Amino acid sequence: MTSAYFDLIRIRFLMMLAYRVNYYSGIIIYAINIGAYYFTWKAIYGNAQTLAGFTVDQMTTYVAVSWMARAFYFNNLDREIANDIRDGSVAVQMTRPYNYLLVKMMQGFGEGLFRLTLFMFPGMVVVSLIFPVELPTDPLRWVLFFVMIWFSFLINSQLNILTGLFAFFVENNEGLMRMKRVAVDLLSGVVIPVAFFPFWARTVLEWTPFPAITYLPSSVFTGRMAGAEAWQALLVQAVWFAVLIVPILVMWRASRRRLFVQGG
Amino acid sequence: MLAIDVSDLRKQFKVQKNREGLKGALKDLFKREHTEVAAVKDISFQIPQGEICGYIGENGAGKSTTIKMLTGILVPTSGKILVNGYVPYKEREEFVRGIGVVFGQRSQLWWDIGVIESFRLLRKVYRVSEADFRARLDELVETLQLQELLNRPVRKLSLGQRMRCELVAALLHQPSILFLDEPTIGLDIVVKTEIREFLKKLNREHGTTILLTTHDLQDIEALCSRVIMLDDGRIIYDGGLDELKDRWGKGREVQFQFNDPVAIADLSRLTEGLEVRWSKENELTAKVWIPRELNVSEVLSRVVGTKDISDIKIFETNTDEIVREIYQSGSAAAPVGSVSP
Repeated sequence: MTSAYFDLIRIRFLMMLAYRVNYYSGIIIYAINIGAYYFTWKAIYGNAQTLAGFTVDQMTTYVAVSWMARAFYFNNLDREIANDIRDGSVAVQMTRPYNYLLVKMMQGFGEGLFRLTLFMFPGMVVVSLIFPVELPTDPLRWVLFFVMIWFSFLINSQLNILTGLFAFFVENNEGLMRMKRVAVDLLSGVVIPVAFFPFWARTVLEWTPFPAITYLPSSVFTGRMAGAEAWQALLVQAVWFAVLIVPILVMWRASRRRLFVQGG
Repeated sequence: MLAIDVSDLRKQFKVQKNREGLKGALKDLFKREHTEVAAVKDISFQIPQGEICGYIGENGAGKSTTIKMLTGILVPTSGKILVNGYVPYKEREEFVRGIGVVFGQRSQLWWDIGVIESFRLLRKVYRVSEADFRARLDELVETLQLQELLNRPVRKLSLGQRMRCELVAALLHQPSILFLDEPTIGLDIVVKTEIREFLKKLNREHGTTILLTTHDLQDIEALCSRVIMLDDGRIIYDGGLDELKDRWGKGREVQFQFNDPVAIADLSRLTEGLEVRWSKENELTAKVWIPRELNVSEVLSRVVGTKDISDIKIFETNTDEIVREIYQSGSAAAPVGSVSP
């Protein structure tokens, strides 16, 4: 059975590879995004040496690393689940001896692995040649970073699953999915680091899972959080991961009772 | 042993009620009204192992809902289900290892990857050993002639090719019960026949219990020893197909083409004492209805001897007509001898 889950990862990886145009355009899109943010931030900094404790170089590194982390944790599980529910193919999934949500997770992981190895690594090489990106030399920090983006993937996928499962309860959850997407990009710190938010907003955000997705791993990787603070960031992620399991289980149970397959 | 044991099975859905007009729409925004709709109303039936049973009924009669409860997809509102000794929705993951399901309108293969990749993945999902998988796949590929299709991605298959692959996918793990929801929908007659033959063989050689829903009564005639007919969530007939025909079959109709104009009264006099009914189509054509008990030859001999006839056609009521009439009347209980054609 475990081998079946591994196979799902492998198959998704192969499927991503099958669409070559998507792959090449993906690299370009990531490069453009990083470039655009780099120049925007340069303009915002002007003559200032630091903003909210970030130097220009730290900010550049932060942007590059955040986008690269996003490449790994980002997936469309919400949309895939909502589509399965809407077109009724979730029924077929229920006739299989596996856990539907775990299967989805594995597919998302296959996608993440694909982007990590084929977008993130070559992309990072290109970006560090063009822009002044400072990568850490401490191997522990690298290890910690990879553990943390694994949690980013888990937490982001959990949010996606929750949003996707809403399709059981509402007729159209398109709006919700869009809202979630914007919320994740904005509040997790991809667009603006959480340190730039006003104090009250930061306090509120600390009680949401969003910063755990991008802000915490990127801060640890760029060295803004170190030592005990870094370990605490990891703990926060682990706690969010555990906490989010509860609503998913509740919702999944409720959906099984509510499930009626659309279109007969 | 019973393969499927269902008693007082019921499924109710909550359906959203949309109120009319702008005011209604605004009200709906804050408080939704729901109505309860029962799709399956307290049905009971038993299917022994090794039987092929047809499950028929009009669109919306509750066929698919029943299948979905039997396969563990839907949770019933009330009643008892036991399939293969399991309560489907409770021990779903364990239970589905022993069944195969094909939905004619939904693919269970992975769209983007080669057919064989899908099969390999299913092998792992169902924990089939490599040797069993090989043997089973070879057998299925041989009977369904899939050799050339195995490496093609599913999206490039025709419907008939896909359907045959779906059957293989549902049977790789040797299920003892196979559920088919409209397996022949949209297929051409050649593929339909192939699939029917295959299912018969499967039932004969492996003793697989098969429950299929269909709108094509030829499927039923070719395969099923038993039919369960559903109407508006209730079972209106459960028994053999021949019995259904006997009970509902209304005899035959014979059409005569005469060379000279005839009168109904004239013809009725000829068949006096026989319980037949004449009707006139036009000046030269008349039809006679003959009940099942009566011999057609008896009527023919009386007419042919006296009238100049250019053509005779005999019509047997077919299953399609019988079923259409049952659907229309909504009950299979009424004896049909009294109904006039």
